[in-house]
Amino acid sequence: MIIKTPTRLAIDGDAVLKEAVNRFNHASQSAQPARRDFLRRSLTLGSLAMLTGCTLVDEASVETALSRISRMNDEVQGWLFDPNRLAPTYPESMITRPFPFNAYYGEDEVREVEESSYRLEVTGLVADKRKWALSELRAMPQIDQVTRHICVEGWSAIGKWGGVSFARFLRHVGADLSAKYVGFKCADDYFTSIDMPTALHPQTVLALTYDGQALPPKYGFPMKLRMPTKLGYKNPKHIQAIFVTNTYPGGYWEDQGYNWFGGS
Amino acid sequence: MKSRNAVIHPGWLRTMHWLNALAVIVLMMSGWRIYNATAFLGFAIPQNITLGGWLGGALQWHFAAMWVLGVNGCLYLAVNLASGRLRHKFFPLSARTLWADLLAALKGRLAHADPQHYNMVQRLAYLFVMLDSVLLLVSGLVLWKSVQFPLLHELLWGYEGARRVHFFAMAALAAFVVVHLVMVALVPRTLIYMVRGR
Repeated sequence: MIIKTPTRLAIDGDAVLKEAVNRFNHASQSAQPARRDFLRRSLTLGSLAMLTGCTLVDEASVETALSRISRMNDEVQGWLFDPNRLAPTYPESMITRPFPFNAYYGEDEVREVEESSYRLEVTGLVADKRKWALSELRAMPQIDQVTRHICVEGWSAIGKWGGVSFARFLRHVGADLSAKYVGFKCADDYFTSIDMPTALHPQTVLALTYDGQALPPKYGFPMKLRMPTKLGYKNPKHIQAIFVTNTYPGGYWEDQGYNWFGGS
Repeated sequence: MKSRNAVIHPGWLRTMHWLNALAVIVLMMSGWRIYNATAFLGFAIPQNITLGGWLGGALQWHFAAMWVLGVNGCLYLAVNLASGRLRHKFFPLSARTLWADLLAALKGRLAHADPQHYNMVQRLAYLFVMLDSVLLLVSGLVLWKSVQFPLLHELLWGYEGARRVHFFAMAALAAFVVVHLVMVALVPRTLIYMVRGR
C-alpha cells in the first residue's frame, strides 16, 4: 500500500516536488547501467529509492547533502541554545541503579588509567598550558548534580556526577572564551568537541566523582565531561587532553554522521 | 452550479499535500530505524522497511525531513486557516451525522457524489491527522531540545513520556495512512483529483 503513493508523486505535475525529486535524482540519469549494481548494494537509500521509483546512483552526493543539512542544524541549534536555561534535576532517590555502561567498545575493554602518572594536558587558545594532577583538580571548589543522561540510541538514565565547574576551570586556565570550540582527547582513543556556550553552561562539569565516589573506570576514570544539555556521545570519558580552538575538531561519532551539536 | 471541471484541490494544496506525504514517508521510515536502536517497546521493526542504514544515517534523514514537514505543515495549516478553507471544509462537525456516515461507510454505501464536500468521517479523519501531526512535531521538539522547551517537556510527561507520545502519535499517523490509502484504492478518482486538481 505505502509503496504506491510516492510512485505517483513522480507523475504529479507540481514543479516544487519535481525539483525535489530531481535533486535526489541528480546524476542518476546518465548512469543507467549501474542501476542493478546500485540496488544490490544500496543499504542506505534502497528502500527510499524503490519507494519513489528513483534511482539514486550517486549515494555519495546524497550523503554529502545530508551531512551539509546536519551542519546547518548545528547552526540552528547554536541559535536555539539558551546559555542560562537549566536541564531538569532530580532527587537522589530517582538515580538509575545500576547506571548503564556505554562506549564504542564492550565493558570488558574499559581502559584503566593510572592515577599517579596521570596529568591532564590543556592546550590551544589558553594562557596557562601547564599540566594538571588529579589532586589539583580535587582541590578546586566542587559541585554536584543529579541529572538525566540521554543517549542518542533513545534510552535515558538518571545519575549523579560531581566535580569542577567547567566554566570555572576554563576561566582559571585563561582560555579564550570567544573561541568557537573546546576539544577533548581521551585515553580510550575517543575524541569529541563542543561549542563554547555549552562549555560555559552552569551545569557543565568536569566530573571527578560518580554518586559520591571517585569516578569508577567504567564511567570514565579519572574524569569525564558531564553535560546534561548534551547527548551521551558528547560527554567524553577518560579525558587526557583539553584544547581550545577555532578550527572545527569533529569527533569519533560525529565524523561518522552523528550530529555535531548533539544536544538540547 | 458546479461544473464537472471545477477545481477540487487548488495547486497550493496539492503541492503541500505531496510534499507532506514525501516528508512523512521519510520521517516514518527513518524514525523506525531510530526506534530500533533501543526498541524500547520490546519489538523491532524489520530493517528492510527502514531508512538510513544505521542510526546515524537515519538521524540525518530524520533531521533533514523534519524541516520539510515542519515548515510545509505549518504553512498548510496557516493557509487553511487564513483562507477560511479549514472552517468551510471541515466544519461544522456533527456526532449524529458522523454515526450515520460511519455506518454507511462500513456498509460500503458512503456517498462520494460531490468530491468538494467532505463527509463527517473524512472531516474527522483529516482534522485528526492535522492535530496528530502537531503532536508529532511538539513531541519531536521535546526529544530534540528537551532543555530548551521546559513547558512542552512538562506537558508531555518529560523526556521518557515524550518518546512514547512521539511513537504512538506516529503509529496513529501510520494507521491513518493505511485507511487513507485503502479509501483511495476504493475510490481511485480521488487520486486523480489530488494529482490534477479536478
